[in-house]
Amino acid sequence: MGMPSFPKAAHDAVGDTTLRANLRHATHTIRDKRARAVAELDDWAALREAGKRIKDETLRRLDTYLVRLEAAVTAAGGTVHWAADAAEANRIVAALVRATGETEVVKVKSMATQEIRLNEHLEAEGIAAYETDLAELIVQLGEDRPSHILVPAIHRNRGEIRDIFKEKMGSWGRPAPEGLSDTPAELAEAARLHLREKFLRAKVGISGANFMVAETGTLVVVESEGNGRMCLTLPETLISVVGIEKVVPTWRDLEVFLQTLPRSSTAERMNPYTSMWTGTADEDGPRAFHLVLLDNGRTDALADEVGRQALRCIRCSACLNVCPVYERAGGHAYGSVYPGPIGAILTPQLRGTSSEIDASLPYASSLCGACYEVCPVAIDIPEVLVHLRERVAEEGGSGHRLEKAAIKAASWILDRPNVLAAGERLASATRKVHPKRLPGPGARQWSDHRDLPELPAEPFRDWWRKNRS
Amino acid sequence: MTDAVSARERILARVRAAVANAPEAPAVARDYRTSHTADDPAAVLGLLHENLADYRAHVHRTAPADLAALVAERLAERGARSIAVPPGLPEAWLAATDAVRRPDEPRLTPYELDGVDAVVTGCALAIAETGTIVLDGGPGQGRRALTLVPDLHVCVVLAPEQVVASVPLALPRLDPGRPLTWISGPSATSDIELDRVEGVHGPRTLEVILVTGD
Repeated sequence: MGMPSFPKAAHDAVGDTTLRANLRHATHTIRDKRARAVAELDDWAALREAGKRIKDETLRRLDTYLVRLEAAVTAAGGTVHWAADAAEANRIVAALVRATGETEVVKVKSMATQEIRLNEHLEAEGIAAYETDLAELIVQLGEDRPSHILVPAIHRNRGEIRDIFKEKMGSWGRPAPEGLSDTPAELAEAARLHLREKFLRAKVGISGANFMVAETGTLVVVESEGNGRMCLTLPETLISVVGIEKVVPTWRDLEVFLQTLPRSSTAERMNPYTSMWTGTADEDGPRAFHLVLLDNGRTDALADEVGRQALRCIRCSACLNVCPVYERAGGHAYGSVYPGPIGAILTPQLRGTSSEIDASLPYASSLCGACYEVCPVAIDIPEVLVHLRERVAEEGGSGHRLEKAAIKAASWILDRPNVLAAGERLASATRKVHPKRLPGPGARQWSDHRDLPELPAEPFRDWWRKNRS
Repeated sequence: MTDAVSARERILARVRAAVANAPEAPAVARDYRTSHTADDPAAVLGLLHENLADYRAHVHRTAPADLAALVAERLAERGARSIAVPPGLPEAWLAATDAVRRPDEPRLTPYELDGVDAVVTGCALAIAETGTIVLDGGPGQGRRALTLVPDLHVCVVLAPEQVVASVPLALPRLDPGRPLTWISGPSATSDIELDRVEGVHGPRTLEVILVTGD
């Protein structure tokens, strides 16, 4: 894909003060609200543990649950398709749309379809795919990329959004109203008017799903705006593209996730709308329902005994909102539809670590652990990051040989206290002439992005000996 | 579709190989709470009222004898002159309104629904802790589009029989075979600077009437 590595992309993002202000405001707002929503449930720890175990059980017997799901969906009047990779999924969806004779589709926000770049593929096939989530609409009209799992236009402020609507809505359908202001209410109203004509005429809807229940064949979509309900119920044909890890074994399992997901993601007791459907229903909703089960690297992640826990993810995005690295670098720096801490472990597993960006992602973290604390399915993101760093290091690359050499040198010195003390004194004595950046390959990149600590006038151990012993 | 069959077998084989040596997952412990609320119908109803209102639904209480008058008043207050009527809606609920009735038999097209001001429905149940009403397409609720396209939704909840305290108490009472819609307040978005704005694509106004007493 030719994406720049994380440090390079993050460097530009960190210099963008508007972006940093937008992100800081948004992530701090939501993390504070989330803490309050979670505090309402005094059994949060038990819900978190149950969610973790349900997902682990699902992954352990994923084949059984997928086959069970397929049988239940089929029995309820749906058709199940399997796609090993993005190309296969795109082919299946395009063929299904073409079979309807339609050349436009309305879409519910879906990470899976972003991951496989479905919109671009459909466009190449002459099919227009309209994003209908407000944030996705902002991203699509702005010819931009999403930067957050839950609120993909989090990097845009209201003024930027107004400008995008005024400039671009007209070329996609109903133009923005005259004299559109930048209040969120007016912007939402403009989106309502713009999209309603598309909803009413739509014959094909495309969605993902938050959960699929193996036992019953039920698919679940949680959302807020009602655009999801429009796409799921008004068209004649519904196509849902869903990652194979989104299955849960039983109907009852939803009682856990419907408590933890809304509170973790939008910090609400419950999101405004949740739709559940099982195959097709007489007289209610689409007459044809197709489920496309997507692998696209998930079985690679499943094969990694440490990394497979990333597949527990329910895409709440709580980890993004607490991450100090995400807050400063923004979602685009991660070069993937999955940004933030979860993206840093999920993307290199789904895509492998051969490209520059994917090899850099496990390092896009300070390992502070806040992401693990807030994760409603207890994914130990720091553990997986360290594990993936090992993998990248084993695969080689000049930076990592240097790192190994540095660590070797450090352990030699740390094993010899006298050498260390002499070095410290020398460093203190010469501190006036120290450069602001480290020289040399590898080291210079490090200090390009960090201020070097100032050395004290005397080593701590000398000070201790003088003053305390 | 030989391709599809082979993709299926390929994926399942990859799954089986990936977890072949994985340890058994520990059993799922369900030691979380079934409910966070005292088992007292009045308290549960109070919480439902509070949580619905917190997410900007307009909540009213009435006795069965006064329901028709309240439905008529809510429709008039919002200027609703036409209403979509789901099959099986008790005729008595609409006895006092002079709004034009648009029965959904035969099915109204999306454009016809867009021209209707309001919809009046019952519900399958309501969940107090989350401030949620659940529709399952049963009598008096209609198909999902009916409560989606018109801009005003007036929903009648019969208490205490349709009210449960929590999500874990709700699921066993619902039939997954039916299309389900869970509604927690009116349509909303937080996509612009995370400011919550009510009303995007679904009904911008949700009026919930809690019917209590005999």
